[in-house]
Amino acid sequence: MSPRAACRLERLGFNKVHDYVEGIADWKAAGLPTEGTGNPVQRVADATRPDVPTCRPDDSIAEARTHTFDAGWDECVVVDCDGIVVGRLRANAWETDHATTVDRVMESGPTTVRPDGLLRPLVDQMAKRGTTLVLVTTPQGHLIGAVMRADAERLLSGEPPEQIWRDCDGCPGRWAVTTGETTRQLDGGTRYEQ
Amino acid sequence: MVTPIDRTELLRLIREEDAQVVDVLPDREYNEAHIPGAISLPLRQLTAETVSALRRDKPVVVY
Repeated sequence: MSPRAACRLERLGFNKVHDYVEGIADWKAAGLPTEGTGNPVQRVADATRPDVPTCRPDDSIAEARTHTFDAGWDECVVVDCDGIVVGRLRANAWETDHATTVDRVMESGPTTVRPDGLLRPLVDQMAKRGTTLVLVTTPQGHLIGAVMRADAERLLSGEPPEQIWRDCDGCPGRWAVTTGETTRQLDGGTRYEQ
Repeated sequence: MVTPIDRTELLRLIREEDAQVVDVLPDREYNEAHIPGAISLPLRQLTAETVSALRRDKPVVVY
């Protein structure tokens, strides 16, 4: 449908016409926010915070620890040079020799979920397994962020996102997009920058 | 010449060139979910009159 619309716009005299061929399905799959009334069910993306710290497999534990603690977290996500999740460094990793590299200590192939999945079943499953955090990636494995069970439970109980993620720029309810000299604050979404 | 773009380029156009995003799907689908800030102009209603609200000096992205 969009190619026909793009052609029509050109015929109507527009000369800067672009066609986002993959459309809204691609947008949603990337965990980006939408507006509309038909979306009352909360999705994983609605509780995904993007500020999770990352480290590389060849970083030392000392480097990863500093970076992680500076960010105010106690674990980090291990990503390769393409931003694909390859592991997870949990809090107990900080007890190992600080000269060791991350890849020798990390948990390989951690569980990940997609942003367009339903939030409620995920939180129920996390509670059942005693999981406090799960990583969110694109279908191709690129890191989007993390869902913390405590945050998600607050969201599902009806607490406004901007209250839950009060101090986190880019978190649900607190993201914005800068266009030229102005910043449009967009309510109720997850994040816009990738 | 219409340029096909991906999500990365769409985000760049919005951020850097203040692109106008146009949802050409039927009203019902637009009402259910659309890209934040997108304008609804269903394909069937795309006429010289309805597009008059769009700026010609800014990029237009349809989906």
